[in-house]
Parts: sequence; structure tokens; C-alpha cells
Amino acid sequence: DALEPYMSKRTLELHWGEHHRGYVESLNKYLEKDDILYGYTLDELIRVTYNNGNPLPEYNVAAQVWNHDFFWESMQPGGGNLPILGLLQQIEKDFGSFSNFREEFTETALTLFGSGWVWLVLKRNEKRLAIATTTNAVTPLVWDDIPLLSLDMWEHAYYLDYKNDKARYVNVFMDHLVSWNAALARMARAQSFVNLGEPKIPVA
Amino acid sequence: MALRTLTTRKTLTTFPQQLRGLQTFTLPDLSYDYGALEPAISGDIMQLHHQKHHQTYITNYNKALEQLDDAIVKGDASTAVKLHSAIKFNGGGHVNHSIFWKNLAPTKEGGGEPPHGSLGWAIDQSYGSLDKLIAKMNAEGAAVQGSGWVWLAVDKELKRLVVETTANQDPLVTKGPSLVPLIGIDVWEHAYYLQYKNVRPDYLKNIWKVINWKYASEMYEKECP
Repeated sequence: DALEPYMSKRTLELHWGEHHRGYVESLNKYLEKDDILYGYTLDELIRVTYNNGNPLPEYNVAAQVWNHDFFWESMQPGGGNLPILGLLQQIEKDFGSFSNFREEFTETALTLFGSGWVWLVLKRNEKRLAIATTTNAVTPLVWDDIPLLSLDMWEHAYYLDYKNDKARYVNVFMDHLVSWNAALARMARAQSFVNLGEPKIPVA
Repeated sequence: MALRTLTTRKTLTTFPQQLRGLQTFTLPDLSYDYGALEPAISGDIMQLHHQKHHQTYITNYNKALEQLDDAIVKGDASTAVKLHSAIKFNGGGHVNHSIFWKNLAPTKEGGGEPPHGSLGWAIDQSYGSLDKLIAKMNAEGAAVQGSGWVWLAVDKELKRLVVETTANQDPLVTKGPSLVPLIGIDVWEHAYYLQYKNVRPDYLKNIWKVINWKYASEMYEKECP
């Protein structure tokens, strides 16, 4: 109940306890039967079962396990406020300002059709931050981008607390739940894979 | 004087629109009370589903149609094409839900009463029995990833029954141009979450108690007299 009143205990009990747990159990059941897939890490499993756009049946459960893990860690009690340090700088560089980013994020979340996720990702090739949406269980991992934050826009994530008022859910997420600390940590790790600026090479 | 130019400009823009006859859509009424489908579907869900979700689809569909109309008149092809996904989603939502309300009926008005006549016979022919059809539809409905619908349809060319699923609000014709929907079941989470939480199979099991087979039979007999 630590995320009350923004995300109710009941929602977490169901979302984590039933949905997420269901995905984990289904995945374990699949892996019991399939020798080929056994032994992969979760990240690798997702990429392999995505099969370049023709996902195998294990893909949905594997990706949803990962997605939900990522989502829980994208939130914290007492979240919200603004990102700090390098992350804020990068957001301002790639979106103009934090409020531009927030507006675009909200707009994207509200215009998503059907079930899916909204992400703040670091794009590997373009070396910049971007907002991405994915449908159902797709995750930016399969495009080799590095996710920093996610928001679950499947109806089960908000229906009990907000019914169909998606706008309120997204705004509450931004105001009170989003964990910029987690995003900052992920960004720091991502920078070991993506060169965002000129490396500072010492002269002498 | 400014007021006068305001009013004349307004009539100038509305007048051609009325000439063109752009029709706007309104929320159709249900032929039963929100609580009449209990305990299969709760009154809360029915009210939210009808007044909020369906209404939102209609509002956004009307908006998209207006924008499309505008783009067509101006010859703006790229905007017109860009609006297609909004029209498919919101228009599809309106079409699908309008069918859905007619697919449901309170038990005292025949909801759940198995089909007699030619549809009943066709079901036995194609699936063995009504129970087998229901089991098949429930399995396919439960297997839909994310949001979508499960349908019992008749192919009006081949004159046979088909069970299909569609994603999001895609209308049934996206799966086959000659498919005519007889029964559609909404498996978006908003259709059952408040009552059944994540146990979609329970929702699917119980909804058959309020399915209006009379409507389905009528539609079937129209295509296969």
C-alpha cells in the first residue's frame, strides 16, 4: 500500500499478484517443456522469442514478465518531481524542456489505441532520448533501444482506481509515482553502451 | 459591427456543411436497464461501458469524421490518410459496441435462451453442439492478447458459420469482407475488470447467460434464408 492513494493496494495486489505472477508461472511452465529455450537470460529470451517480428508463443509471457518488473521499478513512493543532473540536461536537450517532454509523454499515452506501454527510451543509433509506444507485450529491447521508464497503459493497470479516466492516471503517474532515481540509474548504465557526448580525453 | 461579421461568417461556414449533409452519430439507447444483466454483468460495468467508453468512441469518431471531411474538401491527401487509423479505431468502436448492446438481453427477455430454427441447426452442423461452439469461442476469447473481440459470424458468400477474433476495435470485416457478425463479445479489460478482475474465462463463461440469440438468429436468417 505504499503507493496509495495514487495506485491503490487493491490494484497492486491484482496487478502484481495475479497478472504479473500469472505471466511468471506461464513462463516457467513453457520453459519446463522446452529444452531449446532453457538457459537463456530473460533479456536474451525476449529477443530470441520475438523472432524478428514473428513472435513465438513464449514471447508474450516472457516480455510481460520483463515489462512488469521494469514498470514496478519505474515507480516509487514519493515519486514525481523533476529529474536531476545529467538526465534533466539530456531531456532538455532532446525535448526542449521538461514540460515539453511531459506534454508529449502524456499525449502519447492518451492516444495509444488498445493495450500497450509508453516508454522513455535512449535510442542507441540516434544517440538521443525519445518517447516510444509499444502494443500489447512488445518492448523496446527488441529494437535494441535502452528503456529508461515505462508506463503500463493496459486497462488493468488503472481501471480499478481511475475507471476510464486515463488522463488522470497519466498525470498522477507523472506527479507522484514516476521514479526519476531509477531512470537516472538506468541512464548511467546506458551511457556505458551509448556515447552521448564527446568523450573527455585527458590531454596530458 | 464586429458581431455582425461574426454571425455572417458563422452562417457561411455552417451552411455548406449542412448542404453536404455530414451526419454525426449519437449514442444508441439500450433496450434494457443497466442492472438488468446482473449477475452476469454488473450494472456498474454496463453504465460505464455504455456512457463513458462507447460515448467516447462516438465523440472521437465524429471529430475524426469532421476532420476528414475538412481534409477531403481541401484536397489534403496526407491528412485524410493519417486520419484513417483514428476512424478505424473510433468508428470500429462505435460499430462494434452498437452490435454488442443488441447481442445482450436480460434473462427474462430471452437472454441465454439457446437458438432455435436455422441458426441452431447450423451450429449443430458446424460445431456439433451449442456447448462445443461456446467452448471454442471462450477459448479463443481468452487467448486474445491485449484488447479485442471474439465473434460468431456467418460468411455470406460461403454460407457458413465462422468463429473469429479481432484486435483492438477492428471491425469484423477486416478479417474477411464477406463476414457478417452475429454475436460479438468484448474482451477488452474494461468490459469485465471491475467485476471479474483478471479472470477473463469466468466473464466468458457467464456472459452466455445473457446472450440474445434471437438477434443472432434474425441476422443469420437474413443472410441464409
